[in-house]
Amino acid sequence: MRKLACAALLMGVAVYAWPAAANDGLTKIIKDPKQWGIQTGDYANTRYSKLDQINAGNVGKLQVAWSFSTGVLRGHEGGPLIIGDVMYVHTPFPNIVYALDLNNDGRILWKYEPKQDPNVIPVMCCDTVNRGLAFSDGLIYLHQADTTLVALDAKTGEKKWSVVNGDPKKGETNTATVLPVKDKVIVGISGGEFGVRCHVTAYDSKTGKQVWRGYSMGPDSDLLVDPEKTTALGKPIGKDSSLKTWEGDQWKIGGGCTWGWYSYDPETNLVYYGSGNPSTWNPKQRPGDNKWSMTVWARDADTGVAKWVYQMTPHDEWDYDGVNEMILTDQQFNGAPRKLLTHFDRNGFGYTLDRVSGELLVAEKYDPSVNWATKVDMDKNSPTFGRPLVVAKYSTEQNGEDVNSKGICPAALGTKDQQPAAFSPKTNLFYVPTNHVCMDYEPFRVSYTAGQPYVGATLSMFPAPNSHGGMGNFIAWDNTKGKIVWSLKEPFSVWSGALATAGDVVFYGTLEGYLKAVDAKTGKELYKFKTPSGIIGNVTTYEHGGKQYIAILSGVGGWAGIGLAAGLTDPNAGLGAVGGYAALSNYTNLGGQLTVFAIPN
Amino acid sequence: MTISVFGRSNPSPARARLAGSAPSALLAIAPLVICLALSPVAAQAQEQPAAPNTVGTAPDGSKTHGGQEATKDDLGKYTLPDGSPTYHITSDGTLDWYAYSGYRRYHAECHVCHGPDGMGSTYAPALANSLKNLTYEQFTEIVVNGKKTVGVGTADQVMPAFGENLNVMCYLDDLYVYLKARADGAMDRTRPSKREDKTKAYGDNENQCFGRN
Repeated sequence: MRKLACAALLMGVAVYAWPAAANDGLTKIIKDPKQWGIQTGDYANTRYSKLDQINAGNVGKLQVAWSFSTGVLRGHEGGPLIIGDVMYVHTPFPNIVYALDLNNDGRILWKYEPKQDPNVIPVMCCDTVNRGLAFSDGLIYLHQADTTLVALDAKTGEKKWSVVNGDPKKGETNTATVLPVKDKVIVGISGGEFGVRCHVTAYDSKTGKQVWRGYSMGPDSDLLVDPEKTTALGKPIGKDSSLKTWEGDQWKIGGGCTWGWYSYDPETNLVYYGSGNPSTWNPKQRPGDNKWSMTVWARDADTGVAKWVYQMTPHDEWDYDGVNEMILTDQQFNGAPRKLLTHFDRNGFGYTLDRVSGELLVAEKYDPSVNWATKVDMDKNSPTFGRPLVVAKYSTEQNGEDVNSKGICPAALGTKDQQPAAFSPKTNLFYVPTNHVCMDYEPFRVSYTAGQPYVGATLSMFPAPNSHGGMGNFIAWDNTKGKIVWSLKEPFSVWSGALATAGDVVFYGTLEGYLKAVDAKTGKELYKFKTPSGIIGNVTTYEHGGKQYIAILSGVGGWAGIGLAAGLTDPNAGLGAVGGYAALSNYTNLGGQLTVFAIPN
Repeated sequence: MTISVFGRSNPSPARARLAGSAPSALLAIAPLVICLALSPVAAQAQEQPAAPNTVGTAPDGSKTHGGQEATKDDLGKYTLPDGSPTYHITSDGTLDWYAYSGYRRYHAECHVCHGPDGMGSTYAPALANSLKNLTYEQFTEIVVNGKKTVGVGTADQVMPAFGENLNVMCYLDDLYVYLKARADGAMDRTRPSKREDKTKAYGDNENQCFGRN
């Protein structure tokens, strides 16, 4: 930092104030609520801000302060970063990065646009989204669609180094953000629908040199596990824990992708994340538990070696990727303080685990419509301990190939997808954006060709039957009891990441384009504003010049832009059903815009 | 027996063409689906349809494209006089196997970009519209070779070449027949219920196409 300040003084061009904390590491930025240094806000993934200038009493007066068009029309996930007086905004493919001067009405300080082969576009499942940048020690990290990880000088946009993490010709792409941890950057990869065997990789943050890589499946040496010390539900996983659960060489095209969020606990030095679905979507083609797809992983940040794993959905039959965020909290559980990990899985269960030991504490449905399993077996003496008890009628494995299994809840997009939840330590509640959608699912045989889709199922989706007719809910969840505290109906899936603040307000966006503010205790709606396009981005807050701001990216798309753009099939078609089945295209259109809100003076 | 699917042992002209352009074949990075970046099309050298470009009632009382008479082969495929495949719905509502199979394959290979029931998405066109104008030959050409619409200020649309993808190429006619039925308004958005069964010849041909004899 000192060097930079001196240089600026010598050159006499101190155009904007560089934050004092910039070179002191990400930890200080995370502790400073005025800034927002990584997508998840903090290492614990709480998406909670201590700022309280905007609060439940005055949020109704919120107004647009300024806005910015990204110039890109695809789905905009993630959100901006705020480091000192500069805001960093990213876009979907082609993955442009803008540095905006907050002292000068968002004037563009620099712009970085990578050159990528457009042939990567159709290899990306479900739109060309990107879930954003990360900052650490003066560098902005961009993980491009084509899996190139780039470190940019935060001040100038100059490329410091880059490294290629995968090969799009094999179906390997990226949509996720990265997590800087100490002297490393933790990076995931996508491609579960292309038979990619996915992994998590740590690169040296100064040079881009690969430090470790742990695969989701394969031999123990690839998994980075110790068969005697790595545990699952309290017991050592043993030798060849993954290989034993696949037929032949199928693990080599096994999926288990790592495109979700990453959290980190400095005390345990563990990085937490989830792995995705096993390939293909046809369960009959891959007998076995398919470990360690659909798994919560806790890996040592320095060595990558897993301390514990927990597979939520063994032998997936519905595409319930386990990639959603792991939220780390220190709370009272059964009268004692515990270090908890809370995870809202695609499969519809909200899990609470002890994040040190991996002990399973709570697993309850966070949408009452979830029907594919009756419950997760919590009896430690049961042979099926920790496993979901699957309902035969909804088992696409048991019903078999070429049979259409009907009315499965949730749909493949899960009760929640990647859209991250928030946690407020003031209420001890989690605020969860959810999907309220069910499906018919028919698996069939497919052939594998490298770089080509490897799906193997036909599915159709519809709003959860016998409910409010909408396709989403925004809920408050008690993770120690496994109970919904309140639930707000939404006509469309809530595909936007939530933000909780010390002002007792919770923010989220909707697919029609509304930014909404609700009371953290009651869920009462306090404010809404319709932005130019549907929101699949995550709400961010920061303080600049003594004023608190709320920022959100609009830009409909993503998986939400697929079914919902057309309107989902009405299961009661012709029976006079009306309501929330109308196409999203009747409400909003493509766009890419950042909208920033504040309370007027 | 008519070989309508893409048999490995029976290279079709399309496959031969692709094999002749190795670089583009290598670039055939695939998407999750048939991302047909079809724009409302090119009315080039299109044969004047003798029948109206919509669903109609054929002499035998069934529904076909333009109400033209269709002949059925041992694969279960119905063909119009001009040689293009068509859907076929009997007066009691029984759907032909190809249209049903196309429905199934579409929702595995195509819908992640082109939306459920050919309705489109925020980044790929609605094929239930595109197929109103596309000929069978144009459809085939785009699926085999892909299509790109990339530019500044647009939502870049890129469909990969599927010429090497058996999960698509072995069902090219099925997909065409299904989408034509959607475009003509012969099938609605609900899952087909009454349908003809898969014939043994179709199954044999399918296995041959995948090279699993």
